[in-house]
Amino acid sequence: MLQVKNLHASVQDKEILKGINLTINPGEVHAIMGPNGSGKSTLSSVIAGKDTYQTTKGEVLFENKNINDLDPEERAHKGIFLSFQYPVEIPGVSVTNFIKTAINETRKAKGEEPMPASEMLKLIKEKADLLEIDRKFLLRSLNEGFSGGEKKRNEIFQMAMLQPKLAILDETDSGLDIDALKIVANGVNKLKNKDNAVLVITHYQRLLDYIVPDFVHVLIEGKIVKSGGKELAHELEEKGYDWIKEELV
Amino acid sequence: MSLKDKLVSAYFAFEDNLEGNSPIHKMRNKAMKRFEEKGFPTKKEEAWKYTSLNSVIKHDYSIFPTREHNVELKDVRKFFLHDIDTFKIVFVDGIYSSFLSETTHDNMDICLLSAALSKPKYSAVIEAYFNKIAQKDSITSLNTAFAKEGAYIYIPRNKEVEKPIEIINFATGNESALMMQPRNLIVVGENAHVQIIERHQSLTENPVFTNSVTEIFAEKRAFVDYYKVQNDKPNASLLDSTFINQDTESNCAVHTFSLGGKLTRNNLHFYQTGNHCESTLKGISILNNKQHVDHHTLVKHQAPHCVSHQDYKGLYGGASTGVFNGKVFVEKQAQKINAYQQNDNILIDDKATINAKPQLEIFADDVKCSHGCTIGQFDEDALFYLRSRGIGKKEAQALLMYAFANTVLESVKIPELKRRINKLLATKIGVSIGFNV
Repeated sequence: MLQVKNLHASVQDKEILKGINLTINPGEVHAIMGPNGSGKSTLSSVIAGKDTYQTTKGEVLFENKNINDLDPEERAHKGIFLSFQYPVEIPGVSVTNFIKTAINETRKAKGEEPMPASEMLKLIKEKADLLEIDRKFLLRSLNEGFSGGEKKRNEIFQMAMLQPKLAILDETDSGLDIDALKIVANGVNKLKNKDNAVLVITHYQRLLDYIVPDFVHVLIEGKIVKSGGKELAHELEEKGYDWIKEELV
Repeated sequence: MSLKDKLVSAYFAFEDNLEGNSPIHKMRNKAMKRFEEKGFPTKKEEAWKYTSLNSVIKHDYSIFPTREHNVELKDVRKFFLHDIDTFKIVFVDGIYSSFLSETTHDNMDICLLSAALSKPKYSAVIEAYFNKIAQKDSITSLNTAFAKEGAYIYIPRNKEVEKPIEIINFATGNESALMMQPRNLIVVGENAHVQIIERHQSLTENPVFTNSVTEIFAEKRAFVDYYKVQNDKPNASLLDSTFINQDTESNCAVHTFSLGGKLTRNNLHFYQTGNHCESTLKGISILNNKQHVDHHTLVKHQAPHCVSHQDYKGLYGGASTGVFNGKVFVEKQAQKINAYQQNDNILIDDKATINAKPQLEIFADDVKCSHGCTIGQFDEDALFYLRSRGIGKKEAQALLMYAFANTVLESVKIPELKRRINKLLATKIGVSIGFNV
């Protein structure tokens, strides 16, 4: 589904990603772990198409097509979703109106008719229930005055509504207490099937107890330096990142 | 002949038909003299540094419409808050339209200034309030000299006006170019409440130049909620000078929505003369093409324990220009006041400009004054967030503009008006997504 080949990316001439290789197949859950400043969030932003980063070398393929030159919205239309670490507040636009817009813009891009209102309402109800989201919450302005947990839950709600092929969860665990973490992880697990894939970006292993990865990759200084199964996450949790750095030397 | 010369000579004809040797007439003569000396303001004056009237005063305006023009209700209905019941004081080409208006004398006066100026039963109020707080600058003086028609609103003590009052000035375009000088006097008695919406609306593309002056007196514990809807045609220009005097524990708010028109200058002055009063000044300007909007606000804190709150937002597209000059003046005796001012601007296009200037002059030592001013482009992270959800760039920008402007609407207290303004904002910004507007 996703192939990242020798990807180099810079921001303002500073190289952050220094040759990333990563392949994600349908049905898989991958985790990328790494210390602060290793390039984790950059990688997720580059895959989602943020244009403040320049791809200087290499390519990103999605369903075997090069998407290097696609705008973020075009990538979204193809089925790439990024759950933000810091979602943006939009006063005056309710969660419901926002998600309706996002869904119908995607449908429009595919040449489809807007989703009928009844179908939309049914879908909203179903996904809100899945994530234990209160109706009143959906009428509030998007992210405005939301707690950290509410913001993240709202991100996963959007993911549930948009039903992407590839969901990238960027530090979704940060700012969540254990109960909220369980609800969010439970939601992600229920949305998971053999045709879609999840890429979890995290600093800590905690989230991976609930969203269990098939593969764990360690990102240090812009490179994936080690890959393994879920046990690698536990090893990192126990020993920290230093032993890998030492191994590298 | 320049517009100034035309006005000066028109005044002589005008004063022949006036009150005779009354105090008002003397007031007019003095005002005319001031205008004659100063003329229209130019960019050489500090307060007009960024606003040139040259493109406005070059037209050959009719100063007195030659005849009464009627308009059909169906053509102007959309400019009223027709979904709710309101009082209406409506002028067409500067002349009162009894057909479109709904006035009252039932325990209060919601009627015409022309009547108030000429009938003896109003003379006590006129004597006490008329032209008492209006500034003596040239354009206000010009209005005072010609002041004849406008809204006269007198709300006696303890009266809560049960529905909003709309003051609407239409220009029909029957004159090839028209100048109007409406003058409003509003007195809100002790503990009385009133909500007012003011609108200037041209109905054609012909040039219109309005020089409007409004004086508002809020007595003790009075509550005044005032809205200015400036969404005029591209060839209509407006000079709006509004002066508000607040007595003890009164609460006054003015919201200004500047979306249309060619050139708009808002002079908005608040004078806090009693303790514990509260003033709110809020505005949204959304401009494009070559539109120009200039907000000059003044809050004069003259008494202790008062609060003032200013929040102006601007979105400038095309080659539009905006000015925000917010002055807060705290006199020595005005201790324990809290003055807040915020002005945020977004430049959408490279050719748009904003000149923002906060001015604080503080002579008291135990006060809280804060101000903030931002000028920026779109937040890239916010844009990326929306686009990553499948929303195209243009639509995402519009959504962010809407969100930016929207916060000013929170304090609009007339739901029907809020709904309307919300829709105007969305239309002006070009947001086509499914808002509940």
